[in-house]
Amino acid sequence: MSDIVQTGPVAVAVVPPSRFKRRALKHKGLMIGTIIFAIIVLIALLAPFISPHDPYAQDLNNRLVPPVWYERGSWLHPFGTDNLGRDYLSRTLYGAQISLLIGISVMVISGTIGTALGLAAGYFGGRIDLVVTFIITTRLALPVVLVALAVVAMVGGTLGIVIAVLGLLKWDRFAVVMRSATQQVRSLDFVEAARASGAGQLRIILKEVLPNVMPHLIVVGTVEAASAILLEAALSFLGLGVQPPLPSWGLMISEAKNFMFFSFWLIAIPGAALALLVLAINMMGDGLRDVTAPDSRS
Amino acid sequence: MFNYTLKRLALAALVALAVSALAFVLLRLSGDVAIAIAGEGARAEDIAAVRQQYGLDRPLVVQYFDWLGRTLQGDFGQSLYFRTPVFDLIVTKIQTTLILAVLAIAFALALSIPLGVMAAVWQNSWIDRLCLWIAVAGQALPNFFFALCLVMVFSIGLGWLPVSGADGWEHFIMPTVALGYYVTPPFMRLVRAGMIEVLGADYIRTARAKGLPASTVILRHGLRNALVPVVALTAVQLGFLLGGSIVIETVFALDGLGYLAYQAISQKDFPVIQAVLMLLSVGYVVLTLAADLVNAWLDPRIRVG
Repeated sequence: MSDIVQTGPVAVAVVPPSRFKRRALKHKGLMIGTIIFAIIVLIALLAPFISPHDPYAQDLNNRLVPPVWYERGSWLHPFGTDNLGRDYLSRTLYGAQISLLIGISVMVISGTIGTALGLAAGYFGGRIDLVVTFIITTRLALPVVLVALAVVAMVGGTLGIVIAVLGLLKWDRFAVVMRSATQQVRSLDFVEAARASGAGQLRIILKEVLPNVMPHLIVVGTVEAASAILLEAALSFLGLGVQPPLPSWGLMISEAKNFMFFSFWLIAIPGAALALLVLAINMMGDGLRDVTAPDSRS
Repeated sequence: MFNYTLKRLALAALVALAVSALAFVLLRLSGDVAIAIAGEGARAEDIAAVRQQYGLDRPLVVQYFDWLGRTLQGDFGQSLYFRTPVFDLIVTKIQTTLILAVLAIAFALALSIPLGVMAAVWQNSWIDRLCLWIAVAGQALPNFFFALCLVMVFSIGLGWLPVSGADGWEHFIMPTVALGYYVTPPFMRLVRAGMIEVLGADYIRTARAKGLPASTVILRHGLRNALVPVVALTAVQLGFLLGGSIVIETVFALDGLGYLAYQAISQKDFPVIQAVLMLLSVGYVVLTLAADLVNAWLDPRIRVG
């Protein structure tokens, strides 16, 4: 366990903004990821305006209409309709809102908890470090999927509950990375200088340490947002996460499972949407790690 | 080594205790056991009677130690849904999950070690790029969606493999691939990074200078040292797989611990959920303890420092 907690980033130096921008623009993966992500964010924001139909409106006379690229498909429902006759394109577009909301909210909650713990442990060391390391180790021993499933199933599967449960569970990687990054920054000259000039502990942590561990925080944040999106999809797929009729991509795959033999597009479309969003976020994360590393390969 | 082992054992015991308490309290705060026992739609006085009969009106701390004491003696209680002792349920189901977890890890290692080594040896070549894409795709594909795609191709399209069940070895192929592929990326990245680091080391240059064949240098001298961190990751991933198999076992109706947990959660079967949760957490603690001890034995710097 000790070595899980110890593996973390080694790089400390922050790349200056001008060089960061030049490197970022040259990094293909980062650019492609950012563009796809931006498009999905736009879709989520504009869903009410660009959706051809109401995502909840059922039309039982037009159930399981295939997408436009099939022979029986039509432009009236470009992605076809589901087993209740709801327009699949509209549901897919609205689904982006749920996944993004989950990813970003969980990242903010778990990021706040994990960063606070990691900063405290890394900066103060000693007993505080021992206690925080113990809390992290205990948290790592809890199986996330099982605990999240059980708690959400018992308390009730609303969007808010899913966000709260995942946010309270998924702070471990933030804490681990922030702890080791802070340990490296803590003894550097500018932190010593701030201490010598009589700055308060909180001020040193927020003004000197935090900005210098920020690159690591952003990289972990992207990884965790992607993982939260996949977890929500898995919970909803098992029927124990977000409840119908919300157009969560995981829930859409779950509802379409029984029809997949003849209507494979019903699981292929939300599945592809999920994979594309997670891929874009991971590409951004990998790219940011390359770009912010002091001696990046490119 | 003795002191280190003792310290690590004490820490593991403390963590196991903390996790069991946390799991107990979390579950109890999430739902009401008395209602689960009395059944949906039970009258208020029935629920009150159940609460008193099962001792659920006592303070949570007392209930926890009561439960812990019985659990340590091997008494996991009765399942509310299956109406059998939880211990028997777990014993019959755990084999399937263990087989699946070991197969999935074996699959992941069989895929990631050769690919990781090739990616490191031919850095920035097309093999390196291919490996990167396999890793990136593995991290982005939701595993239940990947599992359904496998079913679509190999069961429905080609008719080669059964859709669900756990009667023979052929039932394990798709779950193994679906679960194993999911944990392949971290292994591949670790092997690749480890090999790149090792291949730049002095003793590798010496081995090359001695005129040893490239394969001997890479496999005997390089891979052996690059695999040390893989041991720790294997333990961590094995613990993760035991939990992650809930989704895959449910997709394939594979009758293991994960599927049992899913059924128990759907039926609010508290004793079963609690037992599985406890088993997985303690299993993780034991696995990481074993990995740490193996690593300390392999690398003296850990146990001294």
